[in-house]
Amino acid sequence: MTKAPLVEMKGVHKRFGGVHAVKNVSLDLYPGEVVGVLGHNGAGKSVLMAMLSGALPIDEGEIHINGAKADIRTPRDARAYGIETIYQTLALADNLNAPANLFLGRELKTAWGTLDDDSMEAEARQVLHRLNPNFTNINDAVVNMSGGQRQVVAIARAIYFDARILIMDEPTAALGPSESAMVKDLTKKLSAEGIGIFLISHDMHDVFDICDRIMVMKNGENVGMYPIEDVTKDDVLSLIILGRLPEDWQPRSKQKVDAV
Amino acid sequence: MNDEAQALRKPGSAGSRLKALIRSSEIDTRMLTMVMVLIVLWLGLHMITDGLFLTARNLYNLAVQSSVVSIMATGMVLVIVARHIDLSVGSVMGFTGMVIAWLQVDIFTLGAAWNWPLTILLGLALGGVIGAWQGYWIAYRSIPAFVVTLGGLLMFRGFAFLVTDGRTVAPMDPTYQLLGGGIDGSIGAMWSWVFGIVAITIVALLTWQNRNSRSKHGFTPKPIVMELALLLLWAALIIGFVMVMNAYTKPRTDIPRGIPVPVLILIGVVIVMSLITKVTSFGRYVFAMGGNPRAAELSGINVKKTTMMIFMIMGVLCGIAAVITTARLNAGANSMGMLAELSVIAAAVIGGTSLAGGVGSIAGAILGAVIMQSLENGMVLIGVSSAMRQVVIGLVLILAVWFDTIYKKTR
Repeated sequence: MTKAPLVEMKGVHKRFGGVHAVKNVSLDLYPGEVVGVLGHNGAGKSVLMAMLSGALPIDEGEIHINGAKADIRTPRDARAYGIETIYQTLALADNLNAPANLFLGRELKTAWGTLDDDSMEAEARQVLHRLNPNFTNINDAVVNMSGGQRQVVAIARAIYFDARILIMDEPTAALGPSESAMVKDLTKKLSAEGIGIFLISHDMHDVFDICDRIMVMKNGENVGMYPIEDVTKDDVLSLIILGRLPEDWQPRSKQKVDAV
Repeated sequence: MNDEAQALRKPGSAGSRLKALIRSSEIDTRMLTMVMVLIVLWLGLHMITDGLFLTARNLYNLAVQSSVVSIMATGMVLVIVARHIDLSVGSVMGFTGMVIAWLQVDIFTLGAAWNWPLTILLGLALGGVIGAWQGYWIAYRSIPAFVVTLGGLLMFRGFAFLVTDGRTVAPMDPTYQLLGGGIDGSIGAMWSWVFGIVAITIVALLTWQNRNSRSKHGFTPKPIVMELALLLLWAALIIGFVMVMNAYTKPRTDIPRGIPVPVLILIGVVIVMSLITKVTSFGRYVFAMGGNPRAAELSGINVKKTTMMIFMIMGVLCGIAAVITTARLNAGANSMGMLAELSVIAAAVIGGTSLAGGVGSIAGAILGAVIMQSLENGMVLIGVSSAMRQVVIGLVLILAVWFDTIYKKTR
C-alpha cells in the first residue's frame, strides 16, 4: 500500500456525557479497499462511522481525506467529500416514494428551478432496476415496500452519486440469501472501481468474503487492525470478545510461508 | 397503496378493476371519501333547511366565510405534516389585523392611495416576523411547538388588545373594504367568466404538458379517456362555480356579483401553496421531515432552517387572513380570530392531514375547511344555538381523527 490513504482518522474521541464512546481511535482506508469494522454492540463502531459521515460531530482528533485535513460537521459536508453512507436504519422517509428518497437533499431540477419528478423517476428506474430487476413499484411510498426493496433504495442512494468512500452499516442484516449475495457482489464491484469501503458487520462469512482488512473495536478502543489473511475467524472472535489475540498468535500468512 | 398489486392478482373481479381505474386516475381514495361526505352533508342540510342551503346566496356566503379558515389551513398543513402544531394562528391573525387597522385608520392618512397597500404589506411582514420568531424558538432552541405557540396564543391576543387598549378601530379605507367580499367586493359577471375560461385553459395546458413530459421519459401515460373525463369534471366544476356566483345579485338589482375577492385571494394562496408542496425542494423536505426527521437530517436537509420557514409561511398566511377579516368587518377588533386555531387545525385534520406527520394535502385542507364551514353555516340556518354548534364541531373533530386512525390501519 504505497498509495495515499483515502481516509485517515487520527486520534478520534467522542464522549456522550460521562460515556467515552470512542477513545483515541486511528484508522485508515485506501482506494479500492474494503475494511471491516467489527465489535460488539456498543463497542463504538457505529459512533466512529457516524463521525465520518457527519451524523455526529467529532469531539477531538482529525479526519484527513486524500491527505488533506477535512472539516466534516454535517452529513452535507460528508457528501461533499464523496462520503456516502448506508445506515443500518436505512434512513428513508417512509412516506415518500423511491425516487424522492433516492434524490432526497439533491433533487434534480428543471430549468425553472422546480423539482423534476419525471427525470428523477426515470433515473431511479434505471439504477434500481440494475440492483434488482424485479423492482417495479417504485412509485409506492417506501413504507409499503419489502425489507429487501427498502435496502435496495438505500444502497442505490449511496452509489448513484459517484461515492468515493462508502460506509455500509450492516447492509445485509435485513436481506434474504440471494439479495445478500447481490450486495456482496456489488461491494466487490464497487471496490474494484477504486471506491474505499468501510463495512460494519456481525456476519463473519460476509467479513471474510469481502474484506481486505479488519479493524476491531472494544469499549471504544481500537484493539487491532490486521490484513484479513493474517487472522482466522477464531482470532477475530478473540479480539471482539477479549480485546486481544490468542497468546500464541502470529500472522497466519507468515505461518503458511513458514510451513512451506 | 396496494391497489395495483391487488388488481394484478385478480384481474377478473369488477371491484379490483374499479380500484385499478381509480388508481390510474391518481385520485386519492381518501379525497374521494371527503368529497362524498361534503355532497351528502350539503344535500342533507339542503333538505333540513327546506331548500335554504343550496342557494346562490348561501353558497356565496359560504365561499366567503370559508376563505379565511382555508387560507390559514393551507399553512397548517405544512406545520402538521412536519410534525409540529401552531396554536397561535388565531391570535396572530387578531394581532396583525389590529396593527393593520390601527396603522390604516389612526396613523396613516386615511384615503391616501398608498395607505391600504402599505398597511397590507406591513401586516404580512409582521405576520412573517412573528412566524420567524416562533419558528426560531422551535427550531433553534428545541422548544416544542406546542409550548411556543401556546405562549404565542396568549401573547399575541394580549398584544392585539394593547395596540389600541381594546378600542375597535373603524372605518377602513373604501378600496380596502373590497378585499372583504362585501356588496362591491366581487368581480362581476364578465370577469368571472374570463376567470373561469382562463382557469379551464390552464388545467388543460397542465394536463397536456404533464402527459408530454411522462411520454418523453418513456412512461405509460394515464388512459386518455380518464384524462378527458377528469378535464371535463374540472371544467364542469369551474363553470358551475362561476354560474352560482353570478346567480347571486346585488341587493335590489339584477347585477350579478360574480366571484368574491376573498375567494380569488384564496385561489391565489392555494396555487402558491400547492406549488410549494409539490414542485419545490422545500416542500419535499417538509414531507421528508414529517416522514422521518432523522432521515431528513442525514440526507443533508437543513431541518432547523426548514422548520423556521414553515412557521414564517404560517405567519404570513395569518396576515393575509387578517386582511380579509378586517376588510370584511370594516374594522379592527381585538377579538378577531378568537378560537380560529381550532377551526384551522380541524380543517387540516378533516382534510386528511395526519397528526402523526408526513401526510397531508392543500386540496384536502380546503375541502376540510369547506366541510367545517358548511356544518357551521347549516346549523346557523337551522337555528342551532352557538353552544350546541361548538359541541357538534368538537365532536366532528374527534370523529375525523378517529377516521384517520381507522383509515391508516385498514390500508
